[in-house]
Amino acid sequence: MTGIVVVGGSLHTDPATPVDVRIRDGHVAEVGAGLAAGDDRVVDAAGCVLVPGLVDLRAHLREPGREEAETIRTGTTGAVLGGFTAVVAMPNTEPTLDSPSAVRDVAALAERALCEVVPAAALTVGRDGALLTPMGELTTMGVRIFTDANRSVADAALMRRIMEYATGLTEVAGGDPIVISHHCEEPALSAGGHMHEGEWSTRLGIRGAPREAETIMLGRDLALARKTGCRLHVPHVSAAESVAMIADAKAQGLPVTADVSVHHLCFVDADCAEYDPVFKVSPPLRTAADRAALLDGVITGVIDAITTDHAPHEPHTKEFPFDEAPSGVIGFETALAALVTQTELSLDRIVEALSVEPARIAGIGDRHGRPIVTGEPANCVVFDPTAEWTVDGSMMASRSHNTPWHDTVLRGRVRHTIVGGQLVVDGGVVRS
Amino acid sequence: MTDLLTIDQLGPDGIREVMACADAMAEVCSRPVPKVPALKGRTVASMFFEDSTRTRTSFETAARRLSADVLNFSASSSSVNKGESLRDTVETIEAMGVDAIVVRHRSSGAPQQIARWADAAVINAGDGWHAHPTQSLLDVYTIRAEGRSFEGLRIGIVGDISHSRVARSNIAAYLALGAEVTVVAPPTLLPPHVEALGASVSHDLDAVLAETDVLYLLRMQRERMDQALVPSLGEYHRAFGLTLDRAKSLSGSALIMHPGPMNRGVEISPEVIDDPRVRVLNQVTNGVIVRMAVLYLVLASTASDGVAS
Repeated sequence: MTGIVVVGGSLHTDPATPVDVRIRDGHVAEVGAGLAAGDDRVVDAAGCVLVPGLVDLRAHLREPGREEAETIRTGTTGAVLGGFTAVVAMPNTEPTLDSPSAVRDVAALAERALCEVVPAAALTVGRDGALLTPMGELTTMGVRIFTDANRSVADAALMRRIMEYATGLTEVAGGDPIVISHHCEEPALSAGGHMHEGEWSTRLGIRGAPREAETIMLGRDLALARKTGCRLHVPHVSAAESVAMIADAKAQGLPVTADVSVHHLCFVDADCAEYDPVFKVSPPLRTAADRAALLDGVITGVIDAITTDHAPHEPHTKEFPFDEAPSGVIGFETALAALVTQTELSLDRIVEALSVEPARIAGIGDRHGRPIVTGEPANCVVFDPTAEWTVDGSMMASRSHNTPWHDTVLRGRVRHTIVGGQLVVDGGVVRS
Repeated sequence: MTDLLTIDQLGPDGIREVMACADAMAEVCSRPVPKVPALKGRTVASMFFEDSTRTRTSFETAARRLSADVLNFSASSSSVNKGESLRDTVETIEAMGVDAIVVRHRSSGAPQQIARWADAAVINAGDGWHAHPTQSLLDVYTIRAEGRSFEGLRIGIVGDISHSRVARSNIAAYLALGAEVTVVAPPTLLPPHVEALGASVSHDLDAVLAETDVLYLLRMQRERMDQALVPSLGEYHRAFGLTLDRAKSLSGSALIMHPGPMNRGVEISPEVIDDPRVRVLNQVTNGVIVRMAVLYLVLASTASDGVAS
């Protein structure tokens, strides 16, 4: 079987030194200058850097149930075009991923995916915040992340039981604790809120969700994590205070990790000024000071990972009034370029937060987020850091077009994506 | 002017332009036959996604006095429930051939969205808690008609600022013209970052009454009680209602205004309603005049002139 030889690029860890990379049998076979092609397929990487394949800890692939917005096939097509080699699929599908059969169905659908799909399962049946899902059985099936997606478990006693129960599943999981990823939002306090409660919500006359809706729930979760020893993950942190709380918790040795979505690192509440629902997300975009604190959190490592929170919605649903439109944006194809263009994060830190750390948190660190050295699994991306392009929502592989980067010029584009040693994106195009 | 969406969009010069045009419209309205052919052959669609007999009637009267045809569209149910997007609805109406769309919507920002999609001129007849520019223009016209100058005029706006599009637009209009604006309400009826609106804030009506040239009362929505924003309408009336005693501490030359409809016994005591300083009916009359001016101005670029007598 012939392999691939990626020529003319360099590794992101040492961009000044040109190296070629040979990939065979799903692994990196050879790294060095001037590799002979032989029978291997030559992949041009001139002017590009090789980075480990990206891993998205939080993506809504919509299938089963809302195939008009996205399918696992279309979603993962966008994912590989954006350089993702693995995505964690959120369980807020129809039916909810709250049972072994539902998870098996998604695993079967994922055989048609273009990258690895890692199903996360729900914490509570139907994500209704009342009954535990069969977490033990789901763990034996390989589920490592449990989350009610964009809903919080309002009942603190139930959340305590979930966390306690989860701590008993470490052995079933093979030694690493399973991860409870919990959306932090005190539902009574944020009820009816469509954007960040602040100066802009006041001007625009839109009911806001206060930052305290996040910090109160985060405070509760951290207290319960302290009590139970549960391995807690805090997804899509949006408020500056939350970053400080997570920093404190980590300093005290709590087993906590956190992520922030790309859009919270690039946009703020003032971007809602034109009432374009494409800026409506949950949690809401907050202030410039929050954005700065989130970026700082990523730089210092308080925030471990960056996610897309890819949330496709059929085009017409973003043509409703702001307060009637659904929350969420798509993000696979723009994530890497948006971070390079619109944040001061170094490419090294981006790779850490968008590949290495999320792979570790998702329990797939044995095969994703690996350094590009001989013997490692070949999940990697050839990225052109200088290519400029104008985002066009309608040209996305996603079935949905709800991107806040529409019409924005971004710098940096994925040229090739290699998943499990296979070249799935070649020259910016998915190979059929 | 191609659309009228907010007061901010007009600025002081734009407000004065509307006032000047409204003066011409007032003259039209004073004629034995108060009708001119200025917008003959033009179609104005009134799209009310939220019920409002008063504003709708005012706009339709204004359109007819300018000889425009009026196309009526009502949709009280939300567009989501109908399965049709707002854009679909607007494009459907526009396809019937309309020159202007007067839109009232419960959702803040809906007129802005419609203006992006529609070729027709869009006039905001009130959106959510956000803006109600024609109300503010008629209020400015009413104060101006009394011969008051806005420079340094002390205006107190009392009531539910948080959920009020009238408050937001009126604060913007009065500040743009140089007035001093104080909003008076319990903290629960103020928006969380009220300072963003630019007005001074008081929680004590009695403390500001004597220093007020225009007292503007807002309608207290009864459903606010369900949200426990104030303990009771009675307590609200005692603290923020215009009672007979408070009317006495208000200057003899002060104006008392209200966008209507008034809740007797809540924001105003029944015995104050007939006070000679109350301008509520003038506001209604001026509403037609100002809306004629707005319709004329947004359609003026293609209208045949028939206003000047």
